[in-house]
Amino acid sequence: MDTTEEDDDIKDLLEVIYAKWGYDFRGYSAASMKRRLYYFVRQKGTPSMKELPHYIVRDKALFSRFIEEITTNVTEMFRDPGFYRSVRANVINHLYSYPHLKVWHAGCATGEEAYSMNIILEEEKLKDRSMMYATDINRLVLSKAKKGIYPVQCLREYEKNYIDSGGSHDLSLYYCKAYDHFIMNNNLMNNIVFTEHDLATDYVFGEMQMVMCRNVLIYFNRDLQNKVFKLFHESLDLGGFLCLGAKETLDFYEGRDHFKVVDDAYKIYQLVK
Amino acid sequence: MTLQKEKYRAVVIGASWGGMNALQKIFSQLTNPFKIPILVVLHQDKTAGGGVIDILNIVSTLPVIEAEEKQKILPGFAYLAPPNYHLLVESNKTLSLCISEKVNYCRPSVDVLFESAADIYRHALLGIVLTGANNDGANGARYIREKGGGLIVQSPEEAEMPTMPNSALEVTTADFVLDLDMIAEKLNELANAIDKAD
Repeated sequence: MDTTEEDDDIKDLLEVIYAKWGYDFRGYSAASMKRRLYYFVRQKGTPSMKELPHYIVRDKALFSRFIEEITTNVTEMFRDPGFYRSVRANVINHLYSYPHLKVWHAGCATGEEAYSMNIILEEEKLKDRSMMYATDINRLVLSKAKKGIYPVQCLREYEKNYIDSGGSHDLSLYYCKAYDHFIMNNNLMNNIVFTEHDLATDYVFGEMQMVMCRNVLIYFNRDLQNKVFKLFHESLDLGGFLCLGAKETLDFYEGRDHFKVVDDAYKIYQLVK
Repeated sequence: MTLQKEKYRAVVIGASWGGMNALQKIFSQLTNPFKIPILVVLHQDKTAGGGVIDILNIVSTLPVIEAEEKQKILPGFAYLAPPNYHLLVESNKTLSLCISEKVNYCRPSVDVLFESAADIYRHALLGIVLTGANNDGANGARYIREKGGGLIVQSPEEAEMPTMPNSALEVTTADFVLDLDMIAEKLNELANAIDKAD
């Protein structure tokens, strides 16, 4: 099979999925999509690339598995500790002026970073007035996020990340350990709503003081990136903050002038006009 | 065996343990301007800063820059994968980054770069496997060969850690197995051939 034929097969598959299931992957960067797709079809019991479009329109379970495999769900608590340190230093102060806070974490995967941000809100005495909407396209990871249960072998790294993020307590304050897992404390869950949202097809659902979407946009082509930036722009209250991944930039967005750079290294922006 | 001199439009380099010294040795000897873009994966700690790029730029004859998503791949530059991100090539000859699962316990992974670059450049890709203590890059090297591209492997005797060169040589054949000085010389020869062909 030559490359163009492979690319056509992938295009066909993504069209079929959009038409049948309403999930739009057509604006995803091709190289990593291809990589994940081929990983998916190499698994046992999966139809070949050629057959996949025919099966995926009829088989909901296969489609669910596709969603689970095709989306990237790599995350950790306080991932990029410097980002959270910067939030503590440069963002939190501005948030005290709002009587109510809404935070949207788009692409939350299994939820580790949503809980991390909530810990910071708690430590900065902002949690009681905050509501967090943590969304993802992948239902399976959302159900894990809701449970807030993670393997203990990650804790050593999370403890270190927490300290590096400027945390002044002990992370163990925020979870209970049992056997080989730990569960986030209940009070860190009661102000988070985990819900399905597809950045490619769904709309604004509230006015936010902070939108956090890290390491999601690198998977999107420029058109889809612009569409999503517009969505975030429309979701943000004036004075609100937009936080992207370290390798993502707002620089090519048509509404770029409305934002001020708060932290260039950690890609934190503020909507100022 | 020989390499068809005029055909290369991109070079991909994979390096791990000892890779910093190896890359310095190669990059200090390249002709400038160098007419073929170079994409590099060097395994480094995910918290590494820009130190590697700064060090390479001290000795390098051509500018070494950190790869950014959607960046156009241009001759005359070397692009280094940022720590903790896989580096891939899109069909419009731009770069993309991704932070999905590690491959061979590595992110960035040499295999990921080699395979995605081979999909795009096919026979016009030259892969180079340098020193390293694991087998990342072996599958990618084989894939480059399958797509008709060229392959140079650092001689295991010279490599600070021979595992990575040996792993590549176990699964595929190289056009050349060379010491670093000779790899630099070979690259200059290929870049100059582009000069004449254009």
